[in-house]
Amino acid sequence: MPRNGSFAILFNTLVVMFMLAPLVIVCLVAFTPENTLSLPGWNWSLRWFRKVFEHPDFVTSFINSLWLATVSASIAVGLAVPASLAITRGNFPGRQALEGLFLSPLVIPHLVLGVALLQMFARIGATGSFVWLSLAHVVVITPYAMRLLIAAMTGYDRSVEHAALSLGASRLTVFRRITLPMILPGVSGGWLLCFINSFDEVTMSIFITAPSTITLPVKMYMYATESIDPMMAAVSALVVGLTAATALLLDRIYGLDRVLVGQR
Amino acid sequence: MSDTSTPRARSAVWLTLPSLLLFTVVLLTPLSLTLLLSFNEYDAARGATGGFTFSHYAAIVSDGYYLEIFLRTLRIGLITTFLCVLIGVPEAYILSRMAAPWRSVFLMIVLTPLLVSVVVRTFGWSMLLGIEGPVNMLFQALGIGKTRMLYTEGAVITALVHVMLPFMVIPVWTALQKLDPQVEQAALSFGASRLTAIVRVVLPQIMPGILSGGLIVFGLAASSFAIPGLLGGRRLKMVATTVYDQYLHELNWPMGAAIAVILLIANLIVMLTCHRVVERQYRRRLG
Amino acid sequence: MPFLELDALSKHYGPVKAVDDVSLSVEQGEFISLLGPSGCGKTTTLQMIAGFVDATAGRIRLQGRDITHAPANTRGLGIVFQSYALFPHMTVADNVAFGLEMQKVDRAERARRVEQALALVHLDAHAGRYPRELSGGQRQRVALARAIVIRPPLLLLDEPLSNLDAKLREAMQFELRTIQQQVGTTTIMVTHDQAEAFSVSDRVVVMQSGRITQIDTPYEVYEHPASEFISRFVGKTNLLPPATANGPQRHIRPEKLTLKPAGQGRSDATVVDRFFLGSQWLYHLESPLGPMVVVQVNDGSPAHAPGTVVALDWDDATLRTLPEGSR
Repeated sequence: MPRNGSFAILFNTLVVMFMLAPLVIVCLVAFTPENTLSLPGWNWSLRWFRKVFEHPDFVTSFINSLWLATVSASIAVGLAVPASLAITRGNFPGRQALEGLFLSPLVIPHLVLGVALLQMFARIGATGSFVWLSLAHVVVITPYAMRLLIAAMTGYDRSVEHAALSLGASRLTVFRRITLPMILPGVSGGWLLCFINSFDEVTMSIFITAPSTITLPVKMYMYATESIDPMMAAVSALVVGLTAATALLLDRIYGLDRVLVGQR
Repeated sequence: MSDTSTPRARSAVWLTLPSLLLFTVVLLTPLSLTLLLSFNEYDAARGATGGFTFSHYAAIVSDGYYLEIFLRTLRIGLITTFLCVLIGVPEAYILSRMAAPWRSVFLMIVLTPLLVSVVVRTFGWSMLLGIEGPVNMLFQALGIGKTRMLYTEGAVITALVHVMLPFMVIPVWTALQKLDPQVEQAALSFGASRLTAIVRVVLPQIMPGILSGGLIVFGLAASSFAIPGLLGGRRLKMVATTVYDQYLHELNWPMGAAIAVILLIANLIVMLTCHRVVERQYRRRLG
Repeated sequence: MPFLELDALSKHYGPVKAVDDVSLSVEQGEFISLLGPSGCGKTTTLQMIAGFVDATAGRIRLQGRDITHAPANTRGLGIVFQSYALFPHMTVADNVAFGLEMQKVDRAERARRVEQALALVHLDAHAGRYPRELSGGQRQRVALARAIVIRPPLLLLDEPLSNLDAKLREAMQFELRTIQQQVGTTTIMVTHDQAEAFSVSDRVVVMQSGRITQIDTPYEVYEHPASEFISRFVGKTNLLPPATANGPQRHIRPEKLTLKPAGQGRSDATVVDRFFLGSQWLYHLESPLGPMVVVQVNDGSPAHAPGTVVALDWDDATLRTLPEGSR
């Protein structure tokens, strides 16, 4: 087993500090009793958290975001499961083109999608519609579910399905009793990954949300460009907490390393 | 093995039809509309007029204002990529050499920030780099003196490196995982120094990982919006923030569309190159 | 009427004839092995019987019923897969019960039969475990129990023992045969291992390039191979020059040759090399008849050292001539 030298350990420590610094400071400043962005020192206070919950815009946008992420993650997984099945199982013409199309949102800047949808929504009168906003989110997050599901479906032994068929199971029973339970980690992991990505999405959403459908990241972005006070830190700390909780769940269900590093 | 091709193809249609429909309506249609819009004449009083023109693309190439923004974006993208390679590659290598529990712990610490909203992370950096922030306190303690860092390229690049570093570490880490550690030991056994072993044996094998990581980082950095929007301020515009201004402040949609189209095409070229790199490496390993 | 009948069965993938005109009759209770090198079409044949691959031409009849194009899930066959294909998210008992559940066997009866099947494969103590908690040999038995519990008219085994190590494989061969005889299910096994095919089968079907080249008892396949290819595929063989000028090539198995002191046999030979196999010695010799391989029982007498000159001898009754035109 090769060992790292002391220089390598120092380097790693600095990188880790660099990666954690902005998250740590956000969480610390959130507890400040002061009116300015400052570290709390010895006096820790929850006043800014209280302020967040009294601020109707943040509460509304938070609820919007939760709702939006839940709905669009569910639709995305609902679409990705059958599509991934067809892509991994079928050998039909245009299979690769379809896969490319479904994964393409990963390589399209969200900004470009945002302005494109802004224009289209304006034309068809969909601005401010929660349904259209969800569909836009579904398009950007589907590839994440798809990648996990395709990996889950290619990495498994098809003869298990043949075994079930030979024992008299119908195609539907095979899917319900064998295929689905076996890809379930991919399904639930994909859902959570979609949820996080929808919940975090800001660049596209900024163009296609109306005051009634505004999401938390968009609200935060707007707030941060206008005013700076510790309330922003408190909201951020809440987001960090929620993300950490989701990440932990994701780790238990699917393995965070597999989600993040992926498996080619 | 199963080859009942016709019912399979038919079921494939039903399985992919809903997604195909959605992607046509919510992805392909709006992008096509934007492409059309970018060729639309624009009149300050009446907005997009419907006439056909190349003038927006011509303006981007000839107008110093837009050219400067594109060059700045290119520069910031390249510097970010360079720094990510400089930090991410050794970090991935160090991580891969750690002992069992620490390896995954530190890997997760480095990668998990990816899941936290970019607005939160950018806000964190605006506090860290603020005039009363911890970084300035450190500078004062070191005798450098207070420095105004917010709304500079330096601040934008710092935050970009922070956000993009995981995208660099992931492909390099993946490449390192596939590497046989005994190969490096073999090089050492022949009397190569540690550095020679890294440069001559490890580096060439993880080069495709570095290349694809670099391309992803460059593509994402060059099209980033929230970071220059929050840390660059009004004056330090990048391509993405300019598009935002054209659409929501100047209300010159055709101009914004033209810039967006260029950004999209540039991004697609970069990302498809990356895809090629990965694909070729994959194929070579198979054959 | 044969129990199972394959009638001119073929499977073509474009110009490639994976299985070509295969005809075979299997009697009830028989244990048949499809033996051949990889790519000979034996697995494709099995998958056509199972219903996973659709035949291009020909018929499959089971108990007189034409099942050529019947869906796999209506055939009711018991199949043991090479990878075992156990359901990883179900316990051993649930795996075995699955087929009964599909047949809508009631709960009490199901439990009774699962218990019975697990007892048969000596896994009654492991009913509550998951497949990943079992050893390779145990998984193999679960797969077998799962296949026979539905009382299939026909049991199909696809390289069932190839994932086991050598010792376990041998033990399982005997167990497989014992269980098959207890249950009495007609069985078709696909294998590339001649020892496996010989030890358990009533008859061996040798396949080569999509076609059947010999159907015989294991003893006959070994002693009277239909071609030089089969002769070499199922064991070692020595080529002897023809007895007469235009006579056929003659073959003799290494264990049919005996070594005698020099000058006392039919031809002298020099020991080139020798290999100790435990119960046997394997000699490579050089003789005027050509290079020879000889296997001698290790009876405790000292082995011949390389360089020693010995004499080869054989009983003419053990010489074989191969059919004209065979490869």
